[in-house]
Amino acid sequence: MKVTDKDVAYVADLANLELTPEERSGMLRDLNSILEYVDRLNELDTSNVPPMAQVSDRYGSNGYGVDEAKQGSERFAYASREDVVDGLRKSLPHDEALANAPDADEDFFRVPKVIER
Amino acid sequence: MNLNSLTIAAARTAVQEQKTTALALAEAHYARIQKEDGQIGAYLTLSKERALEQADKIDRMAAEGKPLPPLGGVPVGIKDVMSTRGVRTTAGSKSLENYAPPYDCTAVARMEAAGAVVLGKLNCDEFAMGSSNENSAYRPVRNPRDLSRVPGGSSGGSAAAVAADMAVVTLGSDTGGSIRQPASFCGVVGLMPTYGRVSRYGLIAFASSLDHIGPLTKTVKDAAIVLRTIAGRDPMDATSADVPVPDYVAELEKPVHGKPVREMKVGVAKEYFGEGLDDEVRQSVEAAIDKLKGLGCEIVPVSLPHTPYAIPTYYLIATAEASANLARYDGVRYSRRAHRVKTLSEMYRRSRDEGFGAEVKRRIMLGTYALSAGYYDAYYLKAQKVRTLLTRDFDEAFRKVDAIVTPTSPTAAFRLGEKSNDPLAMYLADIYTVTADLAGIPGISIPCGETKEKLPIGLQILGKHFDESSILRLAYAYEQA
Repeated sequence: MKVTDKDVAYVADLANLELTPEERSGMLRDLNSILEYVDRLNELDTSNVPPMAQVSDRYGSNGYGVDEAKQGSERFAYASREDVVDGLRKSLPHDEALANAPDADEDFFRVPKVIER
Repeated sequence: MNLNSLTIAAARTAVQEQKTTALALAEAHYARIQKEDGQIGAYLTLSKERALEQADKIDRMAAEGKPLPPLGGVPVGIKDVMSTRGVRTTAGSKSLENYAPPYDCTAVARMEAAGAVVLGKLNCDEFAMGSSNENSAYRPVRNPRDLSRVPGGSSGGSAAAVAADMAVVTLGSDTGGSIRQPASFCGVVGLMPTYGRVSRYGLIAFASSLDHIGPLTKTVKDAAIVLRTIAGRDPMDATSADVPVPDYVAELEKPVHGKPVREMKVGVAKEYFGEGLDDEVRQSVEAAIDKLKGLGCEIVPVSLPHTPYAIPTYYLIATAEASANLARYDGVRYSRRAHRVKTLSEMYRRSRDEGFGAEVKRRIMLGTYALSAGYYDAYYLKAQKVRTLLTRDFDEAFRKVDAIVTPTSPTAAFRLGEKSNDPLAMYLADIYTVTADLAGIPGISIPCGETKEKLPIGLQILGKHFDESSILRLAYAYEQA
């Protein structure tokens, strides 16, 4: 068993999930079975293999606009625009932005007190 | 004229020539939905007001003799993971039960700008996580070909609606096979374009480096028409590619990008024909390969040696990205909020507990674990490295061939409940589809026969980055032959 009850509780906390006792025991079983399965990745030697987080990591100059000659965020200059208000489209009016909120006043989302955890 | 069995071109022409109206087409589809969808469950929400307004606009154009746009009057359905302004968008989740987005998904907006009439929103696995549509928080979708069986997933509603003539075409999304596998199970065409070919703006994110929008259709030509409509750079999605959009429809017969079918080299990888592949599926796919040979294609053995590592790689990367993407459902801005909570942190946890179903929680947990301190290198980083190896396999193969053909899924549609208690068995339904998502290459599934029980079988054709033209051409030639 790789994952313990304690791990499940810790990860649920990180993920902002509560989970019932039944859900926790189911999760313990499922996570262990899935992790056992994914362990087959360790059969592969990847010590000299670069990670691929995005398709553009390998094919960036092939249409995605990445400039491989540049460093850092400059590589992605194509995706930037002028930093102006309402750059690509108008900001949503408050009433539209708040329309789906479970609780709001005219200008703000309302939530329970943030002081107590 | 049967208004429910038209292709895009036939529907548009009929409206243009005033042999029918966009309104009549929409109404015929709503009538069909009324009659059939009670037992299938493809639609979650109907957008009648919006549909009839658009139909009226198209009918006025036709009456004035103006040329209709390419999808003028064509009734379409949209998977419920794509935002539609003012029309409820649930992603198949209780957490978005009452969510009406304030903006439109780019792909939907482009469909409507091209004249399409959006009938409604289609059922799917919750947040597109699933391979059978049984993870919808609302109801499972049933396969129109056999109601005891699943339609596949996660775009099960999108595939079932096309198969049951409840839309001419639909949009789905594919993160690990979610367009192609249901297309295969329901006997329709499903196209996943290259990563970045179609903007993801307004698509409710599951795994951002793997999510693709694409069409499910009755014919290959319709898939080409829809792709031509929705493809192309969108400033609202930084990962959408700035690559010119070819005329995919013209390309079906007259190649500008790539070769004519008779000159194509088609790869067959033994790794896609191994253990777990159903015999009837194998026979149908082998017969399809023979047919391609008959069309003049040269069949070339290729090797994709890392294929057995695709599912574990996929489930680590997809869940890691999902765990981050789904953090936004906190009960503050638009998602379900639990009642009677005292503190903010209790509100987050209880709202998410109530809003998410079992599979979504499982994936959030796995993804959070894979990203957590001490495990990041062993799981997430390791998976990203294997993703490179899987992608290199394709690079190598595509040096020798123009396309690769495989079965879309190892089996035909399975029964409801058959795999729902075994997450791993369910994940393996995507074994032939996930690798293309990881590599970012395009793939299409087209019908290639039936089992003895009359269940559809799908042939998958994979292509090079941005070479949808070649796989569409090959699929079209197969379909027409």
